[in-house]
Amino acid sequence: MTGTPLLETRALTKEFRGFRAVSEVDLTVTRGTVHALVGPNGAGKTTLFNLLTGFLSPTSGTVLFDGQDITGRAPEQIAPLGIARSFQITSLFEAMTLREHLELALASPTGMGRQWWRSVARMATFKDRAMELLEQVGLADRAGAPASSLAYGQKRALELAIALALDPKLLLLDEPTAGMGIEDVDRTIALVKQLAEGRTVVFVDHNMHVVGSLADRVTVLQSGQVLAEGPYEQVRADERVITAYLGAAHE
Amino acid sequence: MSEFIQYTLQGLAAGGFYALSALGLAVIFGVLGVVNFSHGACYMLGAVIAAVLLAELQVGFWVALLVVPILMFGFGVLMERLLVRWLLALDPLYNFLLTFGLTLILVEAVKQRYGVSGLPYEVPAGLGGQVSVGSVNLSAYAIFACVFSVAVCLAVGLLLTRTRIGMIVRASTEAPERTRALGINVGRWVTPVFGFGIALAGLAGVLAAPTRAITAEMGSNFIIILFAVVVIGGLGSILGAVVAGLLVGLVEAYGIAYAPTYAQIVIFVLMALVVLVRPSGLFGREEVA
Repeated sequence: MTGTPLLETRALTKEFRGFRAVSEVDLTVTRGTVHALVGPNGAGKTTLFNLLTGFLSPTSGTVLFDGQDITGRAPEQIAPLGIARSFQITSLFEAMTLREHLELALASPTGMGRQWWRSVARMATFKDRAMELLEQVGLADRAGAPASSLAYGQKRALELAIALALDPKLLLLDEPTAGMGIEDVDRTIALVKQLAEGRTVVFVDHNMHVVGSLADRVTVLQSGQVLAEGPYEQVRADERVITAYLGAAHE
Repeated sequence: MSEFIQYTLQGLAAGGFYALSALGLAVIFGVLGVVNFSHGACYMLGAVIAAVLLAELQVGFWVALLVVPILMFGFGVLMERLLVRWLLALDPLYNFLLTFGLTLILVEAVKQRYGVSGLPYEVPAGLGGQVSVGSVNLSAYAIFACVFSVAVCLAVGLLLTRTRIGMIVRASTEAPERTRALGINVGRWVTPVFGFGIALAGLAGVLAAPTRAITAEMGSNFIIILFAVVVIGGLGSILGAVVAGLLVGLVEAYGIAYAPTYAQIVIFVLMALVVLVRPSGLFGREEVA
């Protein structure tokens, strides 16, 4: 199955009152690869993520996941197919404990989702799996603490654990290292590498060190359009990409 | 001393009505983002329906305590399905205005049908007397109302913290988008949650019926105090709604007893103080910029 596309977009377009945030984007993400989306601010990366996960409906174009047309479906329909995402701004449930976050995520794709009256305490199987996931991201000792008590880097790690709890085929990470210090960045790189094992990952990041360390393939977006695509080394040397980045930096 | 204990009990009983209603308001605000101005009118409807059931169908208090919340749940479901739902995508102000308009309609409709003088309602048999605790005589009904409301609040609290639906409600209260990204259909819970919130207001109305004048206007003052409760507790905070409800009930009762002229003002002074010290309310979270 490797080598076939897991995610494809065809001429995907999103207009906001005449402004084209995403314009005719053809993106192919190969199964089992780590794919980076880069581009200056306002290039349409987060909009693209929202189109892929159903938080926005495209103006035109299609999204294919695993060969299935998922264009215009709602987030709660897309997530169970095996697409999990993290958010650019950490959006955790501040008052809930870390373990509760994971139990919520673990229960949702199973039949338990319908048994709303069931006591959470009975979900013993989820409890063990929740602890495993917390261990994986190095937060096991904080399992009973509310999310609001976590430091910034830990919150991002919890985001990753939640995404993993869904056991997704495709993991979408929106700026997993945004706002982090160097140490946290390196830890996150190692973590994402570990999580990418046997999965397909698409991530957005501004940090070229992160992109270079993780990505098998890079797509550069500018003004909503694909500017260049290819392996990191090739894209980095691309004249148009250099101009776009330097141009944006000098504005 | 014995007077003080009586005032405290009266305060806690009234606070129980506030707590129940504020809880409904908080759950609705949390999941739908709607500030339901008609909550006071729903409280009034609860009391009026109880009175009408008694007068016309000889249905007593204990049955009303069960039946009225169910009827109000149905009313809430209709209200959400037919009206509130269509404005959810717009600025929250639209639903605030909608529920404000609905309040005027409900109040006028009750006035048309049942007039402006109060409907009669009696304290249920067995709770009419006084209970002597040491040298203090306390109203049996006030004790019942207070214990019952706190018990219902606790039960709702357990539902919210110990069950999956509770987890979903709490999660979608805080971060609806994030919850949907986990594959949870937040929309499916919107209607029952709204109905549940309205049912709590109706329940508070039934509980208040034996101790208050049942008129079309009884919700008008109630909703104003309820907003003070919600501001003090922290908008959207479930624990805050309950604690602030009881607190405001107490403050009001002491105010009526010791400074009758200022009874109403005291509540709003309390609200102003809380807002000055903690703008997000006692249990509200600080807004993150």
